Amino acid sequence: MNAFPTSASADAERPAGHRTVTPSADPANPPMSAVGTARTRVEGPGKVTGSVRYAADEPMQDLAFGWVVTSTVTRGRIRDIDISAVEGMPGVLGVIDHRNAPRLNLEAGSFFGPDGGMHLLQNDEVPHSGRPIALVVAETMEQARSAAAALRVTYDEEPHDVNFSLEHPAARPATSFFGEDATVGDVDAELAASAVVVDERYRTPEEHGAAMEPHSATAWWEDERLQVIDSNQGPFLVAMTVATLFSLDPAQVRVRAPHVGGGFGSKSAGCGPQLVLAVMATTTLGRPVRVTLTRSQVFQTVSMRPATDQRVRIGADADGRLRAIDHASAFEVSELADYLENCTELSNTLYAASAIRTRRTAVPVDILPPYSVRGPGATPGSFALESAMDEVAERLRMDPLELRLRNEPTVGPVSGLPFSRRNLVACLREGARRFGWVTRDHRPRTRREGRLLVGTGMAATSFGAGALPSSASITAETDGTFTVAIGASDIGTGARTALSAVAAEALRVDPEQIRLLIADSDLGPAWSAGGSRGTTSWSWAITEAAAELRSQLGDATLPLTVSFDTTESLGELPPMERHSYSAVFSEVTVDPATGEVRVRRLLGMFAVGRVINPLLARSQLVGGMIMGLSMALHEEGVRDPATGRHVNADFAGYHIAAHADVPDIEADFVPDYEPGDPSGIKGVGEIGTVGTAAAIANAVWHATGLRQRTLPIRLDRVLEERVGAENSATRCDLR
Amino acid sequence: MKEFAYHRPSQIREALTMVVGNEGAQYLGGGTNLVDLMKDGVEMPTRLVDVRHLPLDGVRAAPGGGLVIGATTTNSDAAAHPEVRRRYPALSQAVLAGASGQLRNMATVGGNLLQRTRCAYYADPSQPCNKRSPGSGCSAITGEHHNHAVLGWSDHCVATHPSDMAVALAAFDAVVRYETLDGTHEIPLSEFYLPVGATPQHETVLPSGALITAVSLPKSAVSPRSQYRKVRERASYAFANVSIAAALDVHEGTVRSARIALGGVASCPWRARVAESVLQDGAATADKFRAAADAELSAAKPLRDNGYKVTLARNLIEAVLTELAARTK
Repeated sequence: MNAFPTSASADAERPAGHRTVTPSADPANPPMSAVGTARTRVEGPGKVTGSVRYAADEPMQDLAFGWVVTSTVTRGRIRDIDISAVEGMPGVLGVIDHRNAPRLNLEAGSFFGPDGGMHLLQNDEVPHSGRPIALVVAETMEQARSAAAALRVTYDEEPHDVNFSLEHPAARPATSFFGEDATVGDVDAELAASAVVVDERYRTPEEHGAAMEPHSATAWWEDERLQVIDSNQGPFLVAMTVATLFSLDPAQVRVRAPHVGGGFGSKSAGCGPQLVLAVMATTTLGRPVRVTLTRSQVFQTVSMRPATDQRVRIGADADGRLRAIDHASAFEVSELADYLENCTELSNTLYAASAIRTRRTAVPVDILPPYSVRGPGATPGSFALESAMDEVAERLRMDPLELRLRNEPTVGPVSGLPFSRRNLVACLREGARRFGWVTRDHRPRTRREGRLLVGTGMAATSFGAGALPSSASITAETDGTFTVAIGASDIGTGARTALSAVAAEALRVDPEQIRLLIADSDLGPAWSAGGSRGTTSWSWAITEAAAELRSQLGDATLPLTVSFDTTESLGELPPMERHSYSAVFSEVTVDPATGEVRVRRLLGMFAVGRVINPLLARSQLVGGMIMGLSMALHEEGVRDPATGRHVNADFAGYHIAAHADVPDIEADFVPDYEPGDPSGIKGVGEIGTVGTAAAIANAVWHATGLRQRTLPIRLDRVLEERVGAENSATRCDLR
Repeated sequence: MKEFAYHRPSQIREALTMVVGNEGAQYLGGGTNLVDLMKDGVEMPTRLVDVRHLPLDGVRAAPGGGLVIGATTTNSDAAAHPEVRRRYPALSQAVLAGASGQLRNMATVGGNLLQRTRCAYYADPSQPCNKRSPGSGCSAITGEHHNHAVLGWSDHCVATHPSDMAVALAAFDAVVRYETLDGTHEIPLSEFYLPVGATPQHETVLPSGALITAVSLPKSAVSPRSQYRKVRERASYAFANVSIAAALDVHEGTVRSARIALGGVASCPWRARVAESVLQDGAATADKFRAAADAELSAAKPLRDNGYKVTLARNLIEAVLTELAARTK
């Protein structure tokens, strides 16, 4: 997720530090080997043998099941919910709707303010299709489902609007929560003075997190305490949201998320509908209640990435030096909650240019509030910026790799701040070497293998790095082991394994001596698994707690517990441009007669700081690149143009890359180090996704000579009218 | 949940008596489509009669040189059968282009012919659909129809038939064999599916309660020289945008025989007889192949958002015939 201060703009708001962070692990003086060693996931055997429990697996006495009923209209009011047919059905315990649901605190929300997406069953309004409007609770899930199907709901429909575009009349400036739009230099004058100017529109559709595990929550009361097992990316922040939403003392709420089958942002937006409804039901009925979303409900009721519509203008001199970057980006929002899809993030920091202007525009339409998904902002923004850069190279008849190298900034182009450790050039050069980029003929449509056209493309990218306040406790036990407690969550990335290594290194012991407790809000304030900042945030707290504990151990009496909260340390960090970097290279084949695009090779070189566990980090980066491939070629949330409803709300209709679409992928690291982090790490969660779509789109252009400015690159967008009509589609005459 | 009875008869007549005259009864094959539809509330049978224990499994040589594929033969077994692969390669390729290994291990040949459209509106009981709920209207005509029909549709329904296997069977003049209480019947696959017309809920000519027992493939000189090509929105595990089963026999540059069927373009496998007649006894050249495709597709009526299918079908006909011609020269 992106709901945190990012990169330079936010750093600049922090007070200047008076304390320099001293890394405990300088690369010149390597510590013990737990960090940097490839280890398999500690919970791996449990997962493959089925002994690990996900949220919906937890056995529970006296459990009742809730089935969610969603609206079938896109805007309007509920006229009536007729429960007469339902009440007498077998096993039915109750129906909760806006007439009898517990009242919620409508101030509850996210970083962006109140979020009406969580304020379920509070009135008769239907603000978007798929809005949860009732929960039917019964003794079994089947009974609840059957009763839900018998519920008769009638609506007074109102006109809706889901037609999003940059020119929408309701468009308004986006929130400046993460910093103002950039205005550096005179963009119009620089564009006028440029030898070449690219001025194009790029569009990306609604995209869904599509985690394998559907959202599930089980809630029950133990005396005055609300107990929750939920599938989410950050139990502490979710517990705080639940407390606010239900006007409870935070100490009354305990949220656990022991094992989570993927999140991709969709489990990070405050409090999911499954949890809101489960808490309502257990509070109303006095029994433990489990609410699990169906796949279709996950698509309809859980936040997605909004569609974006971006105009990018780039002006350059004949030698490739950029004069101007002008990036105007619009994205969908809902009137229910504010949000920022920060598509211009990379335009602020990736390239030097005499003038840089960014404008972010929010367009309210009748949809569920969007939220962060897989590299929010940066990912669709990178598609626009890096496609436009490729178009600049095309018009200059220049190697697109060389174009990037010529515009390497020395300080933040907008912020003026120094870079903590900028390693993009190393990624570009090493990636190009391994990929064999030097032999590329930069003219399009020059390689053919039988019926297939072949092309290669690349993109440079970055992703904001940093940490957010977290706390950890470490206990030195009498038997020589250490218990490390932190409210972290492991959403499938291997956080347990990585944090055990970090703790072992900081305590100068073997990982086997660490007992790690995570995934429980009772373990104290902690950031969530989001924004590529989970591991950095948690590691910082663990490292500092370990240093404190070691300083006190001496002849202290055991067990001895030490806690550390990083809030103060983070505030003392000097403002800098802190980012991960990568260069992505791709090779595609295109059958122009059918429009089929296949990615044949993907290579990513990454500068992500110090690597805690190369096996897990590589796995995350490869996964991220597959998500980028999937975004480039497949993923598209489709709505009915007449009703505004989701049409492809399942995995048969919402295509993600199948195994057969995923080629040989190489992901590797250049040596890197983040001086502002005690462990030297930057975060690997999202950078793998960010640059991949542009690298593939640029390769499709190289293969065919046709630009793909709208994602996904569907076959009907590539298909050519006449088979074998050589060069008919080529619009370029390079050399 | 909706309760239903489940039976597992071992004799065909026993199965027939369980279904004939019982409005709520349905045959259950692999269940790879029907069970999904039951979960979504699209189908609500009161009785399921499992046909997988009837003696209808296996591929046999037919008198006269063809093959007979039993109705409960799994897709996997049909695709892997050596005689299918040798004599009707496009059929084996078509089956393998569909679904996943797990689904093909369950799905049956008879069930494959009767599977329902994957139109999203059909699968969502909260939306109008004439096929699921006659008279409620067609949501797809004005709604989302990127992967809907361009040939043979009506104002009542624009859904496509999802089967790959049936496309190849159509090209090979397959005959559907079925059983009623009156005895055994046969009907060419080309007459098996009804035109959409005003009654899209009626998809086949099968009498109520009839049980498909086999599909027979006549002996064919051209079928060994056949190919199936499926174009879809990812490399695997998606329904066709357009697919083609084609067979071509070329002698000294002249087409002696051609068979073409298209998938993903209509409510049933679309046998391209117009194209075949243009090709017959003509020159085996790319221009001629294209002219044949144009002749066939002159009947196409694309919707607002699926005109690409006409181009795609035309290109596929030309491309696959060109490959077959190069191979059979």
